[in-house]
Order: sequence, then structure tokens, then C-alpha cells
Amino acid sequence: MTGAQIAAAARRQTTVIPRASRGDTWAGRLFQVLMFGAVGLAFLGLGAIIYDFARDGAAVVTWEFVTRFPSRVVPDRAGIQSAIVGTIYLMLICAALVIPLGVMTAVYLEEYADSRRWYNRLIEVNIQNLAGVPSVVYGILGLAFIVRGPLGMGPVLLAGGITLTLLVLPVVIIVAREAIRAVPSSIREGSLALGATHWQTIWKQVLPGSIAGIATGVILALSRAIGETAPLLVVGAGVSLRFNPEGLDSSFTALPIQIFAWTQDPNQAFVARAAGAICVLMVILLAMNSVAIWLRNRYEQKW
Amino acid sequence: MAEPRLAASSGAQGVRVDLARTPTARSRFEGGIRVALFAAAALSVVVTLLIVGSLLFETIEFLGEVPVGDYLFGTKWSPTFAGEQQSFGVLPLVWGTIYLTLIALAVAVPLGLLCAVYLSEYAPTRVRKVVKPVLEVLAGVPTIVFGYFALTFFTPDVLQGALGIGVGVFNGLSAGIIMGLLVLPTIASVAEDAMSAVPASLREGAFGLGASKLQVSLRIVFPAALSGIVAALILGASRAIGETVLVLVAGGQTPNLGVNPTESYQTMAAFIAAQARGDIPTGSVEFLTIFAVGFTLFAMTLLLNALSIRLVRRYRQVYE
Repeated sequence: MTGAQIAAAARRQTTVIPRASRGDTWAGRLFQVLMFGAVGLAFLGLGAIIYDFARDGAAVVTWEFVTRFPSRVVPDRAGIQSAIVGTIYLMLICAALVIPLGVMTAVYLEEYADSRRWYNRLIEVNIQNLAGVPSVVYGILGLAFIVRGPLGMGPVLLAGGITLTLLVLPVVIIVAREAIRAVPSSIREGSLALGATHWQTIWKQVLPGSIAGIATGVILALSRAIGETAPLLVVGAGVSLRFNPEGLDSSFTALPIQIFAWTQDPNQAFVARAAGAICVLMVILLAMNSVAIWLRNRYEQKW
Repeated sequence: MAEPRLAASSGAQGVRVDLARTPTARSRFEGGIRVALFAAAALSVVVTLLIVGSLLFETIEFLGEVPVGDYLFGTKWSPTFAGEQQSFGVLPLVWGTIYLTLIALAVAVPLGLLCAVYLSEYAPTRVRKVVKPVLEVLAGVPTIVFGYFALTFFTPDVLQGALGIGVGVFNGLSAGIIMGLLVLPTIASVAEDAMSAVPASLREGAFGLGASKLQVSLRIVFPAALSGIVAALILGASRAIGETVLVLVAGGQTPNLGVNPTESYQTMAAFIAAQARGDIPTGSVEFLTIFAVGFTLFAMTLLLNALSIRLVRRYRQVYE
């Protein structure tokens, strides 16, 4: 066989292999089309959602809309000041409660708990289950124990804040645990070997090393909390309030509640106001998520 | 020779025991921290107990007024009606919940799994870096926004307008399909995690035997990740079952035992939110329905979540 013949045979060989699997490449192509279609539909869905509220809301969002109080009668005068302030207060209450509780639980489970003990396993499984409880059920908990029943606060700001805290607590715990787990054990061992106590090691080494991950998780959890409607509906948040909450024991409303109330209105002019409020809510969420991404990129530790 | 050594060692032991048993300020502080952290962790168990407690007691009170059989198997749900018209059969709500969940899954399962296979097996890193955040954004959109979209765009412009389907303003089809869009990111991300956890050696082995990319994806990776994929589907179903405000806004508030997707449906979660919003006196049967339906909903999702947690743990044990 001459060199040319060998080369020709080799060429034939390479053309033979794809030909043998042509039926398969067809199926492969079809499958690729299906996958692109699925991803495309998800993109299209998100695009259409954004287009829809931006189109309806663009004309509504003005400085007056943001700073005025809601009106039940005149759509053109209806604003969302009380809803924005309520949402911000809820977020602050939620952050004040969920950060210590969530981080403490995560530290306990990662640094102290012996997972062979039944009570520690119970805590772990319980948190996983809590993460899957529908938000409306947390609303019932808030209604039964915080608004009425033992605590009997009534439908006030603090009751809403506590309900949302309980709702996002499992999320914060799960994310904080992952962040703490990402700190390599060599850091802990080095600290302990230098004579630091268990808690000094956690306070001076583990927590600073995982703070970026924890902060990111907390912000994402808070952005979930302020987007929730169902638990606040059940707890009894007010609608179209013409005043801002004055304290923890004051009636309150929030952006999702105001949006919900306006979508239920038979007057189309009010429904357009809902789109405007959605624009404001989405801008707040976008800002929070940007901060989370920035934190992650800026402070993330590479071990 | 032997005696002094013994004494020395026992002495050393004695010292060690003493050190461990004398509480110093530092050891007391460390112990206090431990107790405080445990208390915070135990709070999550208390939350569960409170949830179960809040649901259970009022549900028992409810069942004292309405027989269990009438509640679980009754086919007419009209708790707010007066006198003879009042009826507490929960089946229409349970059916509404299951029916809308099925529509949602019919949309979300194929789309979510295709997205997952694409992200795990096909997508180049550059594309992944775009697609994953977009799915995360979709997952982060508040459900009320999905509800607004279904009510003001999907029902009038897509279903009635572009497709010409004669649906009502509130209908199960629109609520179900948009709920599918809502749970799509959940299914895609959990399923993708499961597929990514399949070791590369399995893929390489199949490629080495001459399998195509498609065969590796569908016949090697997919079955190997099956328990995780099933967990993803269950998680998606459990999210759809608990979804409240989207159904409330777009699905309407009519208890319905039918199968016509163009009609209005009410789900358990949507009923709870609607009922709690109305002014009903505490302790009345109408008020207690919130807790009875809540308990039914909680039991359903708890069962699904427990199943999904078990399945996820199984695939983790196999490959990690």
C-alpha cells in the first residue's frame, strides 16, 4: 500500500463513522432543538413578564406616585408611600431577627452539633421540612399565635415582621451552613493549635471567613420575604392605608399587598397602578440582588 | 522504681481531672455560648410544633362541628353560605389544587428537565453563565407579579387573543400554565444538581464504548440521576400545591370539581388567603375552615417534602 492509498483509506474511514450514526445525529439535532426551545421559552416567559408590567407601569411611575398615599377613589392620585415604607420596615424587622437566629443555628449545626445525636438530627430534618412548608401556612401560624391567641398583638407591623422572619429562617440557615462549611478545617485547626478556644476560633476565623456567603444568603432571603403576599394577607395587613406605620404596634401595609388589592379592583385605572407598584418592587429587588452579587464577587474568600 | 512513676502518672491524671472540672470564667463563657446556640437551633423545632399546634387544635374544634366524612368526602364547598346552603365538603378544593398542579407540571416538567439536561450536559461555560442567572431571576420574581402577568397579559392577550381560546377572566388554564413557569426554575435547578453529581467516569465509559452525546445524556446520566430528578419533580409539585396568590389573582375563587380548564378554580391555599382576608368572627365555623384546610394542605406538602428529602439523600449517598 502506498502512502497515498493509506491516506485515502484513512479519509474514507473518517467519513464512514459519522455516516453510520446519521440516524443518531438526527435525533441529537432534534433533541438540541427541543432543549433550545425549552431554554428559549423560559427566557421568553421572563421577558414577557417584564414587558407586561413595564409597559403598563411606565406611565404610572412618577415621583408623585412614589410619595403619595393610596386613594380608594381617584386612581390618578393613588400613590404607594405607605406601602414602600411598610415594606422597608418589614425588611428591617426581618433582618434584625433572622440574622442572629439564622447564623446562630447554622454555627451550632456546623461547629457544635454531633450529628449522631437524635436531637441534632431532628433539628436538621426539621429545618429541611420547614423550608418546604407553603408560605400561606406560615400566615396561619402568624394568625393563630401572633395576631390572635397567646401573643395577641393584632394585625400590626411586628406580627407581620415575625411571620416573615419564620418564613425565611430556614433559607438563611441553609445558606449560612453552606458558607460556614466552605471555610477549610485547616483554618480552624491552626487557630485551635495557637491556643484559641472553640468560640474564639468561630468568632475570629470562621465567621469572618464566611461573612460574604452569609450576607449574600441573607439578602436573597430578605428579597424573598418582601415579595411575599400570602402570609401578610392571612396575618391581616391593611390595604390602601393613608399613613405610615408609627411603631411596631401600628397597622401596616406592604407593596405586594397593595399590588394585590389593585389587581382585584374592577376599575382598570387601579389595575395599571398595580403595574406601577410592581415596577417599584422589582427595582427594589433588583437593587438588593445587585448588592448580593457585588458582595459575593468583592468579598468572597478563595481558600 | 515502679512506685514513683505510678505516683507521677496518677498525679498527672489528677491534675488533668482537676483542670477539666474547675469551671473557669472562660469555660463558663464557652459553655454559655454553646447553650445559646443550641437554643437558637431548637427554636426551629418550636416553630414546627407551633405550626402543627395552631393547625391541629382548631382543626379538631372544626371536626367537632362538621363530621370528618362530610369534610373529607363531601363534594360541595360553600362554607360562607347561610343555613341549608352551607356545606363543608373539601373535595372541590383538593381537586382544584391537584388539577392546577397537574397543568403546571405538564408545562414545567418537560421544559424544566430539558433546561436541566442542557445546562448539565450540553451548554458551554459561556452560555451557562447567562442561562443560570436568568433562571435564578425567574425564580426570584414575586408570585404576585406572576399573578398580574397571568391576569393582564397571558389570559387576555395570549389565550383569548393570539390562541382564540374561550376562557373566562379567571380560569384554571392560565393560572396552571403560569404556575408551570413559576416552578420551572425549581425543577431545572434541582434536576441539574442531580445530573451534575453523576461522576464523569460513567459518561467517559459510555463515550469510550461509542455512545453519542444524546445516548450518554438520556441513557446514562438521566437514569443515574433519576432519584434526584424525581425529587425535583416532587419539590416542584409541592411548590405548586402551596402557591397562593397567583391562583387567587388569575384562577378565580370558585370551588370546582370539573375538568374544564377554561373555568375558574379555587385551590386550598387560595381559599385560606381569601377567607382570612374577609371579616369573619373568631371561633365561628367559617373561621375554623381556615385551619382545617390549612392542616390538609400542610399534611400534603409535608408528605411530598419528606419523600423528596429522602430521594435527594439517596443520590447523594451513592455518588459523593
